[in-house]
Amino acid sequence: MLGWELPPHNSGGLGVACLNLSKSLANMGADIDFVVPYEAEHNLEYMKVISAMRLDPLIRYGGAYESKEIEVKKFHKTDTKQTVSIRDIQKTYCEFIHKYLMQYKPDVVHAHDWLTYEAGILAKKHFGIPLVAHVHATEFDRGGADGGNPLIHQIEYEGLIWADKIIAVSQATKNIIVERYGIPPSKIDVAYNGWTMPDEEYHYDGSSYQYLEGLKKKGYTIVSTVGRFTLQKGLFHLMRAAARAISIHPKMVFLFAGDGEQKEQLMRMSADLGISQNVIFTGFIRGKQLRDIYSISDVFVMSSVSEPFGLTALEAAHHGNALIVTKQSGVGEVLHSIVRYDFWDEDKLAGALVNIAESPALVNSLRDGIKHEYARISWDDVAKKCVEVYDEVRKHKRNRF
Amino acid sequence: MRSIVLYLHMHQPWRLKHYNIFSVDHDHDYWTEKDWYAGTNNERIFKKVADKSYRPMLARLEKCINTYEGFKFSLSITGTFLDQAEQWAPDVIDTLKRLVKSGRVEIVAETYYHSLAFFYDREEFEAQVKLHQDRIYELFGVRSKVYRNTELSYNNELARWADGYGFKGVLAEGWDKILEWRSPNFVYRPEGCKNIKLLMKNYRLSDDVAFRFSDKHWKEWPLTVDKYIQWLEAATLRGPLINLFMDFETFGENIWEDTGIFEFFEHLVYRWDRDKDNNFLTVSEACDSAEPTAEISMPWTVTWADTERDLSAWLGNSMQHEAMKAIYDIKSEVLATGDETLIEDWRRLQTSDHPYYMCTKYFNDGDVHAYFSPYDSPYDAFLYYMNSLRDMRGRLEGVTKPKRSKK
Repeated sequence: MLGWELPPHNSGGLGVACLNLSKSLANMGADIDFVVPYEAEHNLEYMKVISAMRLDPLIRYGGAYESKEIEVKKFHKTDTKQTVSIRDIQKTYCEFIHKYLMQYKPDVVHAHDWLTYEAGILAKKHFGIPLVAHVHATEFDRGGADGGNPLIHQIEYEGLIWADKIIAVSQATKNIIVERYGIPPSKIDVAYNGWTMPDEEYHYDGSSYQYLEGLKKKGYTIVSTVGRFTLQKGLFHLMRAAARAISIHPKMVFLFAGDGEQKEQLMRMSADLGISQNVIFTGFIRGKQLRDIYSISDVFVMSSVSEPFGLTALEAAHHGNALIVTKQSGVGEVLHSIVRYDFWDEDKLAGALVNIAESPALVNSLRDGIKHEYARISWDDVAKKCVEVYDEVRKHKRNRF
Repeated sequence: MRSIVLYLHMHQPWRLKHYNIFSVDHDHDYWTEKDWYAGTNNERIFKKVADKSYRPMLARLEKCINTYEGFKFSLSITGTFLDQAEQWAPDVIDTLKRLVKSGRVEIVAETYYHSLAFFYDREEFEAQVKLHQDRIYELFGVRSKVYRNTELSYNNELARWADGYGFKGVLAEGWDKILEWRSPNFVYRPEGCKNIKLLMKNYRLSDDVAFRFSDKHWKEWPLTVDKYIQWLEAATLRGPLINLFMDFETFGENIWEDTGIFEFFEHLVYRWDRDKDNNFLTVSEACDSAEPTAEISMPWTVTWADTERDLSAWLGNSMQHEAMKAIYDIKSEVLATGDETLIEDWRRLQTSDHPYYMCTKYFNDGDVHAYFSPYDSPYDAFLYYMNSLRDMRGRLEGVTKPKRSKK
């Protein structure tokens, strides 16, 4: 398996998904070597984590998103180059995979997202190993409809072309792959991400946000959203809908948890709309502070313009939130007890917010309903799907090449 | 004598358009969907179903009435259906008038608005039964003698009410849990009633046509008239009355014309009528045909819906309860206005289809498409419903207080 991150060295959902999927696959008898582009102790009994290079986990993303080179901290373990970009890391990763495949012949190479597709193509092209490309997100999701980095588009496209089979995390993602990359639908299977109960103990004690607790007692409804403040998340629509909702039902507070390039614009916008009293920016948070956001809020909104899956929605549901999710978010395809809207439909979002704030029956229906749903979504089902796909592509394996 | 008691139900609700929160207080028209192709466009749907089902099936029924002297049947037609038919398919009403005039088509009583008022407000319920009776008299010149409640919902209390009102019969689902070892093919007496009689739907034979006829995975598919007649005759060994109760739209809308359902029906009437031991009865005639065999008690409410045969599709979750409570809570204020449009809107919102669209119970079986709804989700149905109620409360305030100044 070719990946870029595993918890705790993860920056987002990709690492969580890779870890849980591997665990379920291993339980089903899969023998997994998981290659990561950095050096760290993982100590997982169910699979072997292999480091492709000596690199500190913190810099493996290099300058992918800034497209400039960054300084490497001079750890004595790190490879000798003075500077690395993500392209350098990918190149070293590919060289490692090449060496690895001279020695081992896996039945299938399962590559997660564009970061590892070049290595996957190498395995397919030069070693005849069947390639499964797992799409957690496309560059069209990350960069907005027509934007994105052309180089990444190119790599993504080639990976999808070379793959024997593609696994997409939602129908929405599959549609993008079909429509934007022109891949035949029959080559793509949908396997929704799963959900695992968090292992560690967590108790909400109300200490993190006492101001909000006070507002709640006064009858305020707390609405939250969590994520990067980027184009992909559709937050301007959410802000305008918030203003419309507050004009009808003033006792509402909106929590914007996260950070990103749109932060200042969003703050200005809330002032222009005259609702800055009702909007709270938490800045970037993680751990208990993040969990507490989910605990204190009544409603969670996922306003994304394009969201391949959206694990945060499941997290919010787990903490008893009613969910409002755009129709452009993959997670909405597997949940029924949610309100869905088109990301541009500010009126519908505002209407849903007002109704939820004013109707205990609606909140309870959404909350109770979702409890039966999110826990049913299991990683074992994703693993089963992967095994089916493996069985299908295994016959493509060529021993003499 | 072996008798088929055929009873068909005709209903169309007024679907709420996608009525968003920003329409509240200035748009009081909840029913006119501008988008012709929207699932909530009442006119389009009525005209579509009229073409696919009402017109072709009524034509067959009329042909059967004219051809076979012994053919008779019963119909229940809701007020909301009649109002829509008058606007969008007046010829359907003309055909119904001719059928009733033949004297062999009986109209069954029910609430005008196909509502659940019986379970919420007895006074409003009786008002709706009277409205329906009057409308039927005005259009067809007859008064109904047999009662059916919305979705065939029935319990002992309903039977006692119908008995006291003076109906000669009442219809209910012939559900196994109530009948136990008994057959639905007899006339029964509801427990604690003096005069009224109870007719119970033979759901197996009814559903063979209404649900299974077009099901190619059914082991009896295709259902031929020969086979069905054999089943009917075998069933009469357990009592003389075969109560076939179904939705009118079974013919042409739920089961499409290309399955041969119309031909099946016509041929069935021909074959049944041909045998001297067979006849057709209307529901009143069926009630008169025999003295009650035994008493039947239904302490809880039974309907003709779902495998549960209860009201859980309408009143199974908290949204449905809240919506229904909210609509009946404003009754006295609404009626006090004397404003006909307002009262009409309020009553249209009582139609049982509204809470039905809010049903969430199928989420548990994962059978999301088991329930037809013009909305994307039950939550959307609830949102639009509560928005319209908000507007209605605003209208009520406007009647008693000077209009608020809006920004």
